[in-house]
Amino acid sequence: MYGKKVKLRALLISLLLVSAILSIFLVLKSLEENVIYFQSPTEIRNLSEIDNKKIRVGGMVKDNSILINPDKITFVITDFKNEINVSYSGSVPNLFEEGKGVVAEGFLKDRNFFIADKILAKHDENYMPPEVKEALEGK
Amino acid sequence: MLFSQLGYYSLIFALIFSVILIPTVHRDLKIVNNVINPKILTVVFLQLFLVLLSFICLVISFINSDFSNETVYNHSHTTKPLFYKISGTWGNHEGSLLLCLLILILFIFIFLLTSKKEPKKYRIFTLLFQQIIIIGFFLFLLITSNPFNYLFPIPTEGLGLNPILQDPALAIHPPILYLGYIGSSIIFSSSLAAITQNYVNNKWAKNLKNWVIVSWFFLTIGIMLGSIWAYYELGWGGFWFWDPVENISLMPWLCLTALIHSIIVLEKRSLLASWTLILSITSFTLSMCGTFLVRSGILNSVHTFANDPKRGIFILIFLFVLILIALFIFFVLYKPNKEQQKNFLFSKETSILLNNCFMMYFLSVVLVGTVYPIFLEVIADEKISVGPPFYTKLLIPFLIPFLILMTIGPNTKWIKDNFNFINVRLILLFIISILLSYLILREIGLSGLFSTVLIGSALYLFFITVMDFFVKNQINLSQKISHFGFSLLVLSIILNGIFSSEIITNIKVGEKYDFKRGSIYFEKINNFEKQNYISIVGTFRIYDDNGKEIYLKPELRIFNQPIMITSEADIKTSFYSDKFLVMNLVKGNDFYNIRYQTKPFMIWIWLSTIILASGGLVNFFYKKIK
Repeated sequence: MYGKKVKLRALLISLLLVSAILSIFLVLKSLEENVIYFQSPTEIRNLSEIDNKKIRVGGMVKDNSILINPDKITFVITDFKNEINVSYSGSVPNLFEEGKGVVAEGFLKDRNFFIADKILAKHDENYMPPEVKEALEGK
Repeated sequence: MLFSQLGYYSLIFALIFSVILIPTVHRDLKIVNNVINPKILTVVFLQLFLVLLSFICLVISFINSDFSNETVYNHSHTTKPLFYKISGTWGNHEGSLLLCLLILILFIFIFLLTSKKEPKKYRIFTLLFQQIIIIGFFLFLLITSNPFNYLFPIPTEGLGLNPILQDPALAIHPPILYLGYIGSSIIFSSSLAAITQNYVNNKWAKNLKNWVIVSWFFLTIGIMLGSIWAYYELGWGGFWFWDPVENISLMPWLCLTALIHSIIVLEKRSLLASWTLILSITSFTLSMCGTFLVRSGILNSVHTFANDPKRGIFILIFLFVLILIALFIFFVLYKPNKEQQKNFLFSKETSILLNNCFMMYFLSVVLVGTVYPIFLEVIADEKISVGPPFYTKLLIPFLIPFLILMTIGPNTKWIKDNFNFINVRLILLFIISILLSYLILREIGLSGLFSTVLIGSALYLFFITVMDFFVKNQINLSQKISHFGFSLLVLSIILNGIFSSEIITNIKVGEKYDFKRGSIYFEKINNFEKQNYISIVGTFRIYDDNGKEIYLKPELRIFNQPIMITSEADIKTSFYSDKFLVMNLVKGNDFYNIRYQTKPFMIWIWLSTIILASGGLVNFFYKKIK
């Protein structure tokens, strides 16, 4: 009916379309699974339920709250309204300090307790993650 | 003071030359001959000279610590070593833009010198489009980020360069990366010129290919330098973190890699012309987007340095104008060649097209992961970030067909192939690769069909490319070298990922920490006074699994201006593996936070990237030898 060339082209185009749709679907699906939301201690306090998705918590490291022992570091993140306890075993960036901004990534155990598996480093002593800045300005 | 003035005025004169150039070029277009008016060349040369002069002035201001210059004041300090005073020139926004401008003009000058055999009108239009970009950069530089702003009263001391940038790899990383980014501007301009002149043919492709390879080469090396720096300076113990700023350099790289392949099809078979043009335009657009996103502070990245939203808007407008021009020219003026070529499903063209499809897929994954958080913040005011699992999950499965395609593709013939080259030996080799990877995985107690096939196909590509060096005549030497480098890169990244081990602990001086296969003993700590920092060196004695004793001496640097602490990891490198130790200070505590890592095949990641990139260089030298 149609020439060989037309058939070939139709085949190619439909193949391309199918693979494009498939890949878009794949990308969106894994995007949904892998995004990490940023929350402040206050937002966590107001959570209706706690799921086991990875999140980021940002705020200030509370004064006199850092406790170190050989296998973990515990500290308190505050946004001056609410606080959350963080337990962390891993390496800390050099700018991690009491009274400075911090972003921790990990899982919530309950509304008061956060288990971090990463503390984010910053490159600039004046730099503050925009989330922290906003959370602090909104206080 | 004097140099700032000189630098500033030579910039203004250079901009005037840009404006003068347009009517001169217009007049020259009317003259029908094949030689560009030598006046035009002279003007471009003078422009190059002036911008170079201005750049040198800025370097001298930095060397002299001339704090009447605002840029110098903000980014330099008298106690900084000379090397970092110089590299501080492009370690900041203003200076790096000036460097970009210099490279833009340098490249168009080289283009004019090396393209004498090509049609005059095409060359002139390339110059014109490039000048549009150059004028845009000039305005950007002079209006929003003048590197020669005058400060009064003159401060006695500068604010200093961010200590984390005071590092040899990062001193040369920006210029190399810019050579790559800006190299794509020539590709952009000449594509647009070729469209207006109806010159999109195999001859054009052949010449443009050199520019694609040049900018691809520099981009590869630039990304590698940044990655090496992140590895030892950030102390995260990795080399790629899927951070937005890293992704942004990867996107033009993927696009350029696709372009290198498609332009060969255009050169040899006069096919894929429109596609090649789209890729050329996209490469440059992505590079510019990169600058925009990094400079505007829209990207939420740990690499973000101080930035200014006003600049972002300027780049956005500029980018918008460029894209509009490009789209207009592409859709309105482009007349595709209607000549029909014979196509067959099984040919080199198809395999290259498939390569391009994969590249575009990789590109879109990286693009979505990078842009989606920005998008969501604007639309829904939600703050999110996309983690590395997103990328690994979406990219790695597709690596398997990609790798297999890479082994088959280069051996297919142009036009039509009936796969005569597939013989018992190739199939046998594939089975051997799979077996070998199964054995490797079993050795460490891992299994799983997926990883077996993945390592198997990487090994397969490795064997095939090695074999190709011996079996055939060396027609495609650069392709072979690059593909070999890539197979080595994939192998070392996978093995590095599987075999890496890490221990993190908090430890005091004199303490010992035992782990499963050895122990770390924190012997002592020493302080040294250096030119602009205090160095704290810890000495650690480590017994590893094979009972060998090694000493590692990681360092902390407390910089004087700005006051900031950086960690310098101590790394013992061997061909087999890297031993990596970094320590961090927790203020107000006796504890030091240490991270000890064994990273196998680390050096091979860098070496294979160099091999991958050098494939591009070989292309130039090999031609000359012949």
